[in-house]
Amino acid sequence: MVTTATPVQVVYKRPTSLSDIPTHYCPGCTHGIAHRLIAEVMDEMNIRDKTIGVAPVGCSVFAYNYFTCDFVEAAHGRAPAMATGIKRVLPDRVVFTYQGDGDMASIGMSEIIHAAGRGENLTVIFINNAIYGMTGGQMAPTTLPGQKTTSSPNGRDVETMGFPMKMAELLSQLDGAGYVVRRSLHDPKNIRMAKKAIRLAFETQVHGLGFSMVELLSTCNTNWGISVLESIQWLEDHMIPAYPIGDYKVSPAVANLKV
Amino acid sequence: MSKELLKGNIAMAEAAVRAGVEAYFGYPITPQTELLEWMSERLPALGRTFLQAESEVAAINMLYGAACTGARVMISSSSPGISLMMEGLSYIAGTEVPVVLIDVMRGGPGLGNIAPSQGDYNQIVHGGGHGDYHPIVLAPSSVQEAIDLTVLAFDLAEKYRSIVFVVADGNIGQMMEPAELPPMRPVRTEYPDWAVRGSMGQARHFLSSIYIEPKDEEVANYRMMQVWKRVQENEIRYQEYYLDDAEITVVGFGTAGRIALSAVRNARLQGVKAGLFRPISLNPFPIDELEKISQHTKKLLVVEMNTGQMLNDVQRAVKGKIPIDFYARLGGIVPFPDEILAEILRINQEEIPLEGDPRQRWMKRFAPVINWKN
Ligand SMILES: Cc1ncc(C[n+]2csc(CCOP(=O)(O)OP(=O)(O)O)c2C)c(N)n1
Ligand code: SF4
Ligand SMILES: [Mg+2]
Repeated sequence: MVTTATPVQVVYKRPTSLSDIPTHYCPGCTHGIAHRLIAEVMDEMNIRDKTIGVAPVGCSVFAYNYFTCDFVEAAHGRAPAMATGIKRVLPDRVVFTYQGDGDMASIGMSEIIHAAGRGENLTVIFINNAIYGMTGGQMAPTTLPGQKTTSSPNGRDVETMGFPMKMAELLSQLDGAGYVVRRSLHDPKNIRMAKKAIRLAFETQVHGLGFSMVELLSTCNTNWGISVLESIQWLEDHMIPAYPIGDYKVSPAVANLKV
Repeated sequence: MSKELLKGNIAMAEAAVRAGVEAYFGYPITPQTELLEWMSERLPALGRTFLQAESEVAAINMLYGAACTGARVMISSSSPGISLMMEGLSYIAGTEVPVVLIDVMRGGPGLGNIAPSQGDYNQIVHGGGHGDYHPIVLAPSSVQEAIDLTVLAFDLAEKYRSIVFVVADGNIGQMMEPAELPPMRPVRTEYPDWAVRGSMGQARHFLSSIYIEPKDEEVANYRMMQVWKRVQENEIRYQEYYLDDAEITVVGFGTAGRIALSAVRNARLQGVKAGLFRPISLNPFPIDELEKISQHTKKLLVVEMNTGQMLNDVQRAVKGKIPIDFYARLGGIVPFPDEILAEILRINQEEIPLEGDPRQRWMKRFAPVINWKN
C-alpha cells in the first residue's frame, strides 16, 4: 500500500521571545494578550537579541519573567526615565517600556511627557485598564466618571476627583512624538489591529523616528468585580466611547514606513 | 601634568571625564551648576552621554538605567536635588549597580540658601532612601582632594557594585585653587557580566531590586552587608595632623576640617598641643582610629557646619572615654579659624564634663553669637 504524508503546517506556536512559564495574571486578564503581541513582534522583527525591556510597578511588575530578552525593573512611574538612560548609552538597541495607567498617567506623568517631548527613540506599551490593578482596585487617573473603585466607592465624581487622563491625545501634542495611537484588546479584530500598531511603534524606534506609544484598552475583571465576558462588554460599552480607538499622531516619516 | 588654577565644581567634572565617565545626568541647582555645564560641553564633544533631565527624580532614574548597562555613570546635585534622588538611590542600592554621585551641599532644610553647609551628613551617610543600604561617602577638603576622590569614587563603585558619594560643600565647589588633574583614561570597552546590554547572542540578563520572597530579600540584605563588611575593612580613609603629642584633638571633615587645621596651627604657635583628625571616608566612618586616638589625647572638639550630625558617630567611637565638646556654624555660615582657635584655647583651660550633651553645652555658649535671647 502506498501512503502519502500529509503536510504538517504549524498554525500556532509560542513566540521565542515569550518565556515558557505559567502566568501569574488573573484568568481573562488582557496583560497576557499584550505580552504575546509584543513577543510576536520581536520575533517577526528579529530584534529579541538587542531588545531591553523596562518593567513597571503594577500587575505587570514581573513582565521580565515572560520575555526572553534582557530586562530591567523600574521604580513606579519612572520607566521612561530609566529607558532613556539605557537608550542614550546604547542607541543601537531597542528599548521599550511596559506601563499601566497608574504607573504612567499618575505617578509617572512627568517622566512620560518629557520622554515624549525629547523625542526619545523609545517604544511605550501603555495598558489602560481604568484602575489600579495590583493594589486592589483603587481609582486611577483613567477611571471613568461615575466608575466605582475601592477609593471612589460612590463612583468617580469629576467635581472632586477630576477627569480621566487621555494619554494618547495628550502625548500626540508633542513634537517629539513620532507615533501615538490607541487600540483595544477586547476582540480578535482589535487584537490584530493592536499588533500592527505595536509593530509600527517598534519600527518607528528602529528607524530613529522618535517617541512611539501604543495605548491598549484593557480589562481588569478581577478589580472591576465582574466576569471575564462582562468585562469585555464593559470595555466596549464604556471605555471605547471615552477613549476612542484611533491614530493620534503618525508623523509623515512614520506614515511612509513600509512594514 | 602640571598644576593649574581650578574651580572645585569644574575640577570634579573634568576629573570624572578623565576617569572615563560615559554618561552624566543632572538638573541645574546652585552651587553645583558649573559641574553640569562643564559636562554639557565636554561629554557630547567626546561622543559620550550628557542629558539635562526634567527633574532630579528623572535624572536619578536615567542614571539607574544607564548604570544597568554597566557604563561608568555619574550625577551631581545639591541638597534639595539630592532629597529628590532618594527614591532612585534606594532602587540603585537594591539592584547593586555602581554609580557615583556628587553632592555640593548647601544651607537647609527646605529651600534654605545657596551657601556652604554640611547639613546632608545624616541623609547621605545614614541612609536617606528606604531600606537597608550603605553608600560609600567621601568628603574632600580641597580642590585637589575633590579631584582625587572623584576618580577614586568610580573605582570603588565598580569594585563593590556600590553607590559612592563625593560630598563637597558650596565652598569646595566654588573655590579656585591650584590643583593637578589626572591623565585621560580611555573609556572602557569591556563590560561586567551582569550588565544589561541586550543579550546579543548570549544568555539573557535582567536587573531589578525585587525580591518578592522575604527569604530571598533576607539573603540579598545579608549579601549587601557582606560587601559592606569588606568596604569597612578596606576603605577607611582619614588624615591626621599633629596628633603625635596632641592633647586636644579637633575632629572635622571637609571645609570644617580644613578651617580647623588653620586653627590648630595657630594653637600650636601659642604653645597648645592641638591636633586634627579629618575623616575622609564618612562612610565607612573611621571608628577604630578615633577610638585609638581617644586613648592618647585628652579632649576632643568636634567642629561641623551642621548641628552635630557627625558628632553622634564620634561619640559612638569614643564611647565616653574622654570628654567631647562641640562647635558649629549653621545654615550656610562657614566658621572662621579664629572661632575654632578660641574654642581650642577655651578647652585647653576648662574642665569639660564627661557626662552631658556636648551639643547642648555648645548651644548655650553659642546663643550670644546670634544674639539669641531666651
Ligand atoms: C512609590 C510607590 N507608590 C505606590 C506604590 C504602590 N503601587 C503598586 S502598583 C500601583 C498601581 C499600579 O496600577 P497600574 O499602573 O494601573 O497597573 P495595573 O496593576 O493596573 O496593571 C501602586 C499604587 C508603589 N509600589 N510605589
Ligand atoms: S488584577 Fe486586574 S490587571 Fe491585575 S492581573 Fe488581575 S485582572 Fe489583570
Ligand atoms: Mg491599571
